[in-house]
Amino acid sequence: MLSRLEGGEMTVQKENSMLKQKQMLADHFMELSQVRETGKKVVYTFVPGNLTELIYSFDMLPVYPEINALQSGMRKKSRDYIREAEDMGYSEDICSYVKCDIGMMVQGNIGPTGQQLPPPDLLLLSYTGCFVFMKWFENLKHLYPDAEIAMLHIPYQEAGRIEPDHIEYIKEQLRTEVIPKLEKVSGVKFDETKLGEKLDLSAKAEDLLIEIFDSAQNRPSPIDAYFGGVYYIGPIFTAFRGSPECVDYYEELASEVRFRVENKMGPITPDGVLKEENFRLVVEGPPNWTHFRGFWKLFYEMGAVFVGSTYTRVGGVYDDGFRHSSDDPLKSLAEYCLGCYTNRNLPQRIDLIERFITRYHADGFLVNSIKSCNSFSAGQLVMMRELEERLQIPVGFIETDLVDPRYYSYSNIKNRLDSFFQMLEQRQIMKRRMEAVV
Amino acid sequence: MAEQHMTTEQYTAAIEKARALFEDLSYSYAREWKEQDPSRRVIGYLPIYIPREIIHAMGMLPVGIFGAGDRMSIVKGDAFFQSYICHIPRTVIEMALNGNMDHFDGFLFPSICDVIRNLSGIFRLKFEDKFIQYFDLPQNFDRKVGGTFYRREMERLIEGLKALNGHELTTEELNASIEIYNYNRKLVNELADLRSDFPHKISAVDFYLVLRAGGTMTVEEHNEYLEEILRLAREVDAEPEDKIRVVISGAFCEQPPLGLIKTIENAGCYVVEDDMQLGMKWIKTDIPSDTDDPISALIEAYLDHSEFSSAVYEADNPKGEQLKQQVIDRRADGVLFCAPSFCDPALLDRPLLEQAMDANHIRHFGFQYHENLGQFHVIKEQAGTFADMIKLWE
Repeated sequence: MLSRLEGGEMTVQKENSMLKQKQMLADHFMELSQVRETGKKVVYTFVPGNLTELIYSFDMLPVYPEINALQSGMRKKSRDYIREAEDMGYSEDICSYVKCDIGMMVQGNIGPTGQQLPPPDLLLLSYTGCFVFMKWFENLKHLYPDAEIAMLHIPYQEAGRIEPDHIEYIKEQLRTEVIPKLEKVSGVKFDETKLGEKLDLSAKAEDLLIEIFDSAQNRPSPIDAYFGGVYYIGPIFTAFRGSPECVDYYEELASEVRFRVENKMGPITPDGVLKEENFRLVVEGPPNWTHFRGFWKLFYEMGAVFVGSTYTRVGGVYDDGFRHSSDDPLKSLAEYCLGCYTNRNLPQRIDLIERFITRYHADGFLVNSIKSCNSFSAGQLVMMRELEERLQIPVGFIETDLVDPRYYSYSNIKNRLDSFFQMLEQRQIMKRRMEAVV
Repeated sequence: MAEQHMTTEQYTAAIEKARALFEDLSYSYAREWKEQDPSRRVIGYLPIYIPREIIHAMGMLPVGIFGAGDRMSIVKGDAFFQSYICHIPRTVIEMALNGNMDHFDGFLFPSICDVIRNLSGIFRLKFEDKFIQYFDLPQNFDRKVGGTFYRREMERLIEGLKALNGHELTTEELNASIEIYNYNRKLVNELADLRSDFPHKISAVDFYLVLRAGGTMTVEEHNEYLEEILRLAREVDAEPEDKIRVVISGAFCEQPPLGLIKTIENAGCYVVEDDMQLGMKWIKTDIPSDTDDPISALIEAYLDHSEFSSAVYEADNPKGEQLKQQVIDRRADGVLFCAPSFCDPALLDRPLLEQAMDANHIRHFGFQYHENLGQFHVIKEQAGTFADMIKLWE
């Protein structure tokens, strides 16, 4: 089930599903690098509210600038890219994904695999749960003036529910704006049946993903729903949702997780299987990518495992039963977009976290507040207090950034986490004393 | 001479009226207005644009909430927002928690950025007895698509307001409100033209205060007030100074402190156009006020005749071109990009706008501020250098 790979100086344990995902990504980027020869058209789009099945139904290839940015962060390239963008006039204050992406493009658009990414034929601006997306693609439009641009405005769930007229609004935009542009650029006629088939495959993968997330109800949890979770969501949040390979990946991953449950094993960390589960946590906010492994280590060294995370819902929330469906494909896409995590209002987000904390028996709640992501960060302090009051659990707060290494302060994070873990430990001691008395 | 002295005194007194409203963080005007009739309701709205005509037609007072600037110490607000989030939501929540807005019956949060959006969620949690609506403006400008969506948003607004006072909105009432606001925009635009033609007659601070008062007073009173200011400003006998003419861009939400506006002017820049109170002139034409479907009139005005803004999808109408046109129309010498720190919409637009200015050989320089900024020396030096550079070399 496990293979041991040499990765530079560090030995990292990888599961078959991880290797499979790595191969899927390599194949995808290879395909992107060959579009001049194959003539395939390229669509740049975003993870939240992505329309991957629709893009593939036109035989086009998606590129996700956020993923490129986070990969640049993990590969220690983001510092230079950000500097490049700031030299162009982008403020230090704004989203580091945008700056990293623009800097990468200006420096030759070399993707995560070292191959040059093709320019977009279409910028598909799915404006879902993040205002910056709109500005980001306005900027890209100026960098790629020949690319077509299609805007899909996803209304916010301001009242905490999906309004029927919002679904109609999205369907109309798909019919009148997005699909015609996809047809124009690809030269392929829209085929609803083909789209439906892909959506049904998405639903299969989504069922498996939820089984994987729900495995965190076990003790020990067989998964880390944050650091491990970002690998788990890789295929379904990006270029593979709606493909047979995606279903295969999740079947492989689910079987690995089932194996760990049966054998009462903890999650796999870069240093192997987590031996002892001391703290079960739920986390709000994206991870830091520039120091990903060291950041993770701060937790697994303490035996802290994440049993739930909101970041793994940013590209789709499947916990409340939603699944893509071929019944009414455009409606299904609309409901998917509307339901993405950051498109939900603050009370909904708090309710979802509360559900994670209770369903996965968490000991504490942590906010990783991201300096350059207002969509996530604005309101997190209120969310913390609400959850503390409702559930009487310890809450912790740390600050990092997505891909700007200047905002990762090891000592600050360590100090705050030490206090948080002490609080959790104290709570456990008290709980044991109470149980002994009873 | 005595007549002129009288005019100047009257003008100064009239401006002081706006300044008093600006300084009053308890929104006493709205409180007193509401106390006159138990059926009256007060609706606060955040920047930038809200169709105030609807609120007015429902018999309510729309009140602009633009933060407390440098006039309030933040005690609670900092516990709500991290240091890397802009300043305006701190003072808004501080005022709300301190009871400054207890007499407000509802709050509207237009869709301009993620911070204002999430602030609406905080208000939902903290002020459950108030009417709260995140007002999602369309980013699709097709009448059948974005227009249909926008109609439902406005209907939802009307339903929410009706729940507050039981008022059934009529076509006649909405048409009448549209007409009053048309007149208000006409006066605002006249004042803007006057300021551009004779910037020595009405300072940037005075102009700002007069427009800002429009977010506090009833529109009827603001119209009378604008008429008075127009009359007095035209009569003021002031000498033009050797200053350059600038457009200020990027200050449409969190407002610069008055000291900063004054600093720019004192550094040798006449402000001949700005976006500080953009919502007051958002719709660029008169809205038809005699139709059977005034909601459609409001929709079409928004979709087809909105002012360009960082909060609105650019579509096929590049903002750089529109800013360039403003510079030409106002015969400006340059642009000051003046945006709040951590303001995603303004700061993400800035590089594109700067490139557009460069391409058109329009001078510009930029800086960031926050609403409670207290030190202006650096900005004064920069603005002064910018003005000198243009005066000496252009």
